[in-house]
Amino acid sequence: MSVILSDISKSYDRVSALDRISFSAESGELFGVIGPDGAGKSTLFRIIASLLVPDKGTCRVSGYDVVTGYREIRRMIGYMPGRFSLYMDLTVEENLAFYARVFGTTIRANFDLVREVYSQIEPFRKRLAGKLSGGMKQKLELSCALIHRPRLLILDEPTTGVDAVSRREFWELLGRIRREGITILVSTPYMDEAVLCDRVAMIHRGNLLDITAPEELKEYNYPLYSLRSKRGAYAYLDKIRNLEGCRSAWLFGDELHVTISSTDEVEGICREVSRWADASLVWKPIPAGIEDRFIELMQ
Amino acid sequence: MNRPPEHIIEVRDLVKRFGSFVANDHLTFSVFRGEIFGFLGANGAGKTTALRILCGLSYPTSGEIMVAGHNVYRERESIKRKIGYMSQKFSLYEDLTVSENIRLYAGIYGLGRKYIREREKQLLEQLNLSEIRDRLIRSIPLGWKQKLAFSIAIFHRPVIVFLDEPTGGVDPITRRQFWEMIHQATKEGITVFVTTHYMDEAEYCSRVSIMAEGRIEALETPAALKEKFEVSNMNEVFLKLARREKEQHR
Repeated sequence: MSVILSDISKSYDRVSALDRISFSAESGELFGVIGPDGAGKSTLFRIIASLLVPDKGTCRVSGYDVVTGYREIRRMIGYMPGRFSLYMDLTVEENLAFYARVFGTTIRANFDLVREVYSQIEPFRKRLAGKLSGGMKQKLELSCALIHRPRLLILDEPTTGVDAVSRREFWELLGRIRREGITILVSTPYMDEAVLCDRVAMIHRGNLLDITAPEELKEYNYPLYSLRSKRGAYAYLDKIRNLEGCRSAWLFGDELHVTISSTDEVEGICREVSRWADASLVWKPIPAGIEDRFIELMQ
Repeated sequence: MNRPPEHIIEVRDLVKRFGSFVANDHLTFSVFRGEIFGFLGANGAGKTTALRILCGLSYPTSGEIMVAGHNVYRERESIKRKIGYMSQKFSLYEDLTVSENIRLYAGIYGLGRKYIREREKQLLEQLNLSEIRDRLIRSIPLGWKQKLAFSIAIFHRPVIVFLDEPTGGVDPITRRQFWEMIHQATKEGITVFVTTHYMDEAEYCSRVSIMAEGRIEALETPAALKEKFEVSNMNEVFLKLARREKEQHR
């Protein structure tokens, strides 16, 4: 089930939230939309889910237009919004049963699909949804979004505020859902989650910066080096930035990532760095990651 | 003024119980002057409980705890004067202007008017925010808010600043500028204590402690932890520790 966006724009009062976004997600793909808060991720997903009408452009989900074909689309998708949106005053079980009935099915009919995630919250099936912990709410929401066996699953920042262990488990679960033939669109502000997607669209301030498969990221237009030292990378930040030919330098944990403006400048910078008297200093070329690429495209 | 001790925080056998539930189970650790100390753990591991005790907001059940040279049982008010605090969830008043927020916090810490005026000007220039000093916080971008919130948290020159999940959701450049500010603060002698459950933030710390189920499971430099667990990033370290923990409880 494919999703095709062409030239989608949307503004709220005169503030542009999305500016001519075009991309397509293939059937069966685990497609990520990555960007910071305010990038336009939720607006984008609400348009795809037929909940918001774009100002310009078209969006087709499995061939149906989101404006004219919304009835068909809504039957085929499962949508998990960024904000918890289940019924707090219904129990876990009642929420799931409600979602199944709204879509004209039963929990039993599609139980296979939700078994894995639902089994983790089943011991609490009599508890009110409002009384669940964050991780359990997230699992219930996913169960409810899946119970009618959608062909497209739209997840808006499902892992925000969730700890590293639960995040990892959630992504493993998404991999298995995809193997059931369900196309997945997922957004996240965390760059490290991009590598778990087949392809990602990077967006920032309503603009599409790039679409890429994580393994294709080696294509970076500039030489990229890493600097590490026992004295701490921060001690070298200003020094590096002041070198001629340094395009940018940023902290990446305990190292610096240094982008050099052209291959011609590499030798000069390497020579300069080798003069710095610090036996613990490690300076070496590295492949670019998704965050390097995102930063480069933002500048 | 007396020089504060080399151990800005000294915790021995900290226990905090809520009824029969043990939120902090005999924590023992020190935070050194000028370091960036990462305090990590999954949701519910007991981070917030310990943080509240260190900030003088709640009493421990037992244990010896000193913060900035003061005892957490008897000198909570002295502690509050010497620390700074910033959280992502709440840090600035949305319906006050940039300038009003600075003056409010500085006033609470009892700084003089003239001093506040001078420092405010200096700070706004540094942050390139002079133009928007009279805009409401509500109307400025998240990245600016975070930088401003951090600057305000250290405006009264605390000995140590506590950052409670500080950088979620911002773009990768803003986030790095934020960490540059943190490094700069440590160069000026401020110790930084960061709680987070985002492991990439842990990579920026001098040392990290990892909590699980009320106990500290590891406390080392990120490099040493990665080496010990033979993995390339802190996320993997965390997963290995957390999963080991789970298996032990099965």
